[in-house]
Amino acid sequence: MTAIRRRLIPYLLLGPGTIWLVLFFVVPLVYMFRLSLETGIVGNLEFSWHWANYSDVLSLYDTQLIRSFLYAGAATLLALLVSYPLAYTIAFKAGRWRNAMLFAVVAPFFTTYLIRTLAWESILSDASPVTHVLKAIGLAPNGHILATGSAVVAGLTYNFLPFMILPIYASLDRIDVRLIEAAKDLYASSTQSFFRVTVPLSMTGVVAGVLLTFIPAAGDYINAQFLGGADNQMIGNVIQALYLTQSNYPSAAALSFLLMALIMIAVVIYIRFAGSEALMGEEAV
Amino acid sequence: MSAAAGSGSLAAESGATRAWRWLREHGVNIVAGLVVFYLLIPIAVIFVFSFNNPQGRYNYNWVGFSIEHWTHAFSRPELNEALLTSLKLALLATVISTIIGTVMAVALVRHQFFGRRLANFLIVIPMATPEVVMGAALLSFFLILGTPSLGFETLLIAHVMFCISFVVVVVRSRLIGFDRSLEEAARDLGAGPFTTFRLVTFPLILPGIFGAAMLAFALSIDDFVISNFNSGTTVTFPLYIYGAAQRGIPVEVYVIAMILFFTTVAAMGFTTWQQRRAEKMAAVRPEQEEAMPLPPVAATS
Repeated sequence: MTAIRRRLIPYLLLGPGTIWLVLFFVVPLVYMFRLSLETGIVGNLEFSWHWANYSDVLSLYDTQLIRSFLYAGAATLLALLVSYPLAYTIAFKAGRWRNAMLFAVVAPFFTTYLIRTLAWESILSDASPVTHVLKAIGLAPNGHILATGSAVVAGLTYNFLPFMILPIYASLDRIDVRLIEAAKDLYASSTQSFFRVTVPLSMTGVVAGVLLTFIPAAGDYINAQFLGGADNQMIGNVIQALYLTQSNYPSAAALSFLLMALIMIAVVIYIRFAGSEALMGEEAV
Repeated sequence: MSAAAGSGSLAAESGATRAWRWLREHGVNIVAGLVVFYLLIPIAVIFVFSFNNPQGRYNYNWVGFSIEHWTHAFSRPELNEALLTSLKLALLATVISTIIGTVMAVALVRHQFFGRRLANFLIVIPMATPEVVMGAALLSFFLILGTPSLGFETLLIAHVMFCISFVVVVVRSRLIGFDRSLEEAARDLGAGPFTTFRLVTFPLILPGIFGAAMLAFALSIDDFVISNFNSGTTVTFPLYIYGAAQRGIPVEVYVIAMILFFTTVAAMGFTTWQQRRAEKMAAVRPEQEEAMPLPPVAATS
């Protein structure tokens, strides 16, 4: 009796959370899948295995889909370039500044996402000194930055930066310094020991950071809406408009699934290249 | 003469070498400093613009200094209502998701059972799904179901859903990080599993739970995308901002954003302090006790 009860304990503990996630995450996805195969207009939708919804939205919105992946990819790359030096400094060189710098990393989270993006709208607006400087050094070809792809990428990079910095910092912080010292003892130059010891050991963090940045960036539509123009709309904007403005539920659902599927494919390919241990080391206990 | 020139170029060379070495030593720090600056710019902009005195409806360009919006921060009823809704929602979502997530984390770390991998997968996958997809899926679900009608309840359901995974991850890392021999000692001294959890495990993971709760609160109060899909006519703070952005954002929004910012900073300072205390408590180990000059926490326990 007690043996059975003991074995039931983990299931009882997991129960409420599992039910919540299945009922409000898995089941809605199933419902949306069903919706993506329906035809007709709101109030008169019919389930009909209408796979053409998928090919229709793909041909209608392929530009926005490709653009989303390009912008998210560019933002992820920029975020990685910016994050690594900061994470490295916090982990190895910050000393008593460590906590203050970690605070600076998470501080943007404490201001509302939308207001942060609006602040960038001010920073990149035509009258702003930043725009003047960028214009002077030739980085703003048309005289303004707002309502261009660069502004959207800049916003995406900024907004998801902590998701890149924190995992890289965590993986660097875990490195046993004796390994780096050993490399130096064996006559590796600091460049060699950096590229052959530090970087490989921090790959778990890099992989996690890339995924945590790329996935939300690819689905984002706030940055495109506030910082982009009509030519910079991303797939999130389309899904949002189809759902909430045009009430074209089947198309919106199909597009959502397409986005999710494409992200999954990108993630799988990426993990193939980066090594699955890197990710599983983070996620599996 | 030529000797002097030679030594001069030598000195210059060593100067260049020294500069190069200095740059190699500190270059990464300089870059890091610039990144920190970059991270903080928008916060500074929000702070500065909360003192702006715009003449029109748009608070995008600097006009003049005024503290009027700080002294009248809560002068807009709609904004106050949205803020209260957000606070209530975040508080409820935090409490529910923290309890649910913590027990899940305990099950995953402390128990071996069939289906653990599947449970782990179920927890990871919402974090890997774009918000717009989650929001759209939930809306489809609520629409087809027809109940509950969109509003506070559906927002709460959605917020708890996306907070659970993050709570589990934070609490789990805390559970993995601590020394199990403390629990074993309690068991050896005759404590049952529940007593052990209450008196040993729970106090030690409390900072982790607190941190997870703070993360959940931050995620909930900041959420726009999922809320935008499932709010019906209910307006949260981010939804108010979104609506106001079309017709010009009142300066009070910037003021309230800064108030929220400073409150969170204070709360985070408190958590860090708690965490340090708990670490000290966990550091009181028999083999170290003689080396340590009796830490203050030992007396209280």
